[in-house]
Amino acid sequence: MPGAREVLGADIPLRLDCGVELGPFTVAYRTYGTLNEDRSNAILICHALTGDQFVAESHPITGKPGWWEEMVGPGKPLDPTRYFLICANVLGGCMGTSGPKEINPATGQRWGLEFPMITIRDMVRAQKLLIDRLGIDQLFCVIGGSMGGMQVLEWASCYPEKVYAAVPLASGAYHSAQNIAFHEVGRQAIIADPNWTQGAYYDAGVRPSRGLAVARMAAHITYLSETALHRKFGRRLQDREAITYGFEADFQVESYLRHQGITFVERFDANSYLYITRAMDYFDLAAEHGDVLANAFRDTPVRFLVVSFTSDWLFPTSESREIVRALNAVAANVSFVEIETDKGHDAFLLDEPELRATLEGFLTGAAEHRGHRTR
Amino acid sequence: MARDPIPAGGRPAVAPGKIRRDLQLVADMVAPRTRVLDVGCGDGALLDYLDREKQVDGRGIEIDNTRVADAVAQGLSVIQGDAETDLPDFPDGAFDYVILSQTLQAMREPKTILEDLLRIGRRAIVSFPNFGHWAVRLQVMFRGRMPQTRALDDPWYATPNIHLCTIADFEALCDEMGIEVERRVALTRTGRPGLNRQSALANLLSEQAVYLLRRGTRGSGSDIGA
Repeated sequence: MPGAREVLGADIPLRLDCGVELGPFTVAYRTYGTLNEDRSNAILICHALTGDQFVAESHPITGKPGWWEEMVGPGKPLDPTRYFLICANVLGGCMGTSGPKEINPATGQRWGLEFPMITIRDMVRAQKLLIDRLGIDQLFCVIGGSMGGMQVLEWASCYPEKVYAAVPLASGAYHSAQNIAFHEVGRQAIIADPNWTQGAYYDAGVRPSRGLAVARMAAHITYLSETALHRKFGRRLQDREAITYGFEADFQVESYLRHQGITFVERFDANSYLYITRAMDYFDLAAEHGDVLANAFRDTPVRFLVVSFTSDWLFPTSESREIVRALNAVAANVSFVEIETDKGHDAFLLDEPELRATLEGFLTGAAEHRGHRTR
Repeated sequence: MARDPIPAGGRPAVAPGKIRRDLQLVADMVAPRTRVLDVGCGDGALLDYLDREKQVDGRGIEIDNTRVADAVAQGLSVIQGDAETDLPDFPDGAFDYVILSQTLQAMREPKTILEDLLRIGRRAIVSFPNFGHWAVRLQVMFRGRMPQTRALDDPWYATPNIHLCTIADFEALCDEMGIEVERRVALTRTGRPGLNRQSALANLLSEQAVYLLRRGTRGSGSDIGA
């Protein structure tokens, strides 16, 4: 698999929120662009639940374009000719970073369910070790959408002096009951698949692909909006003139979801899906700070840009606004834009000219202000 | 050879005097290198000016999404929000100045807003169209119609201005609330700033007024010291 890997936590293991000490562990990552001489142009991109480090290049398994090529590339807001862009596969992931499908160095066996439970904060702690290893004292920006946005908030809260600017997109400071509920449906689909075998399927030659596909199908609905689904598919039929009075994929929307499920299982590990969805469910930044979200940001020097999308019902604007209110309560430097779109939660991944312009302006403004301060 | 991968920004410099006349008067009241919150900042013209000319640490609140996006795309720190719901979130004494230009008269609770401005800021700068201006008075008196002037150009059924006041009204409220007027600048119709004392004549001749306010010693606002 292309990209670099670092073995971290070998001397001092990483103490996870669940109490387990993890180490040594591996973080797989990709970088784009060049770190400048004073190491001031690094941007960490945090990927979402099913994303990975292949942000702006074709995926080594699927061959599809990178997941954020709309935003990352020469002439785009996250421009590798200006910035040194880093994206690491999260802890618990399945693209080279330590996770349930990797080998447990202590036993020589695949981790499976022996892999410790991880949290968003654990993911960020692992990223921090990577950034230290790369010799970067302060990230110019940490940016991400959805679960990536959770990591951004955790970065700003845990390591405020290490982050100049933070951009959580389509995210929230906790996972809502509705979101936990959808995740639980996905997890139960995996667990109900007879091939799951308590997560010990790696050497059995079978995988809980049907369960994982169903999990993906259910989740995928939450990433879109009703309007977008209607616009894309309506009640149109798939390759047929009339309904068949059966359970074939009569409707285009069914065929589309089945396709989403089938392609997903090629590149994603079912156990990773269990672990990472759980990490999102456990995320509650206020709870880590005495139930007062503002306490997560007290005296923060970080410049924030919070962005939400009008048709996102998974992480609705009200949740972004809660972040903004907490930041206002500590008089933090924050910008907040709600972008009008019918593309739902996935809007942050898609071609949204207003998002591009906003991000471009924010990063340029932040660079200018940091210039003022250090010059 | 190290490149400089973060070029200085692409915004064109705004020449002094390029902002609206009343905004210029507001800007003149702001000391350099201070913390400023601009409530109802629009597309950020004043914040941009203050950032460039006075190196202030500026923030804005604006209700209109498109204008917020424009301001943020210029590199300004602006949030989409409603002053009447969002101001209570801010802590006491967080800013040196809180600016409310040409907006007080459109607020549901102008008095509460004034309290909040001076709770959040050590000083507040407030500008508003003067309903005591002669052109307003003449229209009501002789035409018997709601006034439509240059400063108040919407018809009665479309105006956002639900709490218009005169200079005398405003000063009476400040007095009642124990707010100290540090400076006042009135703008006549010809744009001459003058009449910086409160008088019946100023109330008659001024089309707009800009006030620099601070919490008075007998004020009810929390005293956080200066």
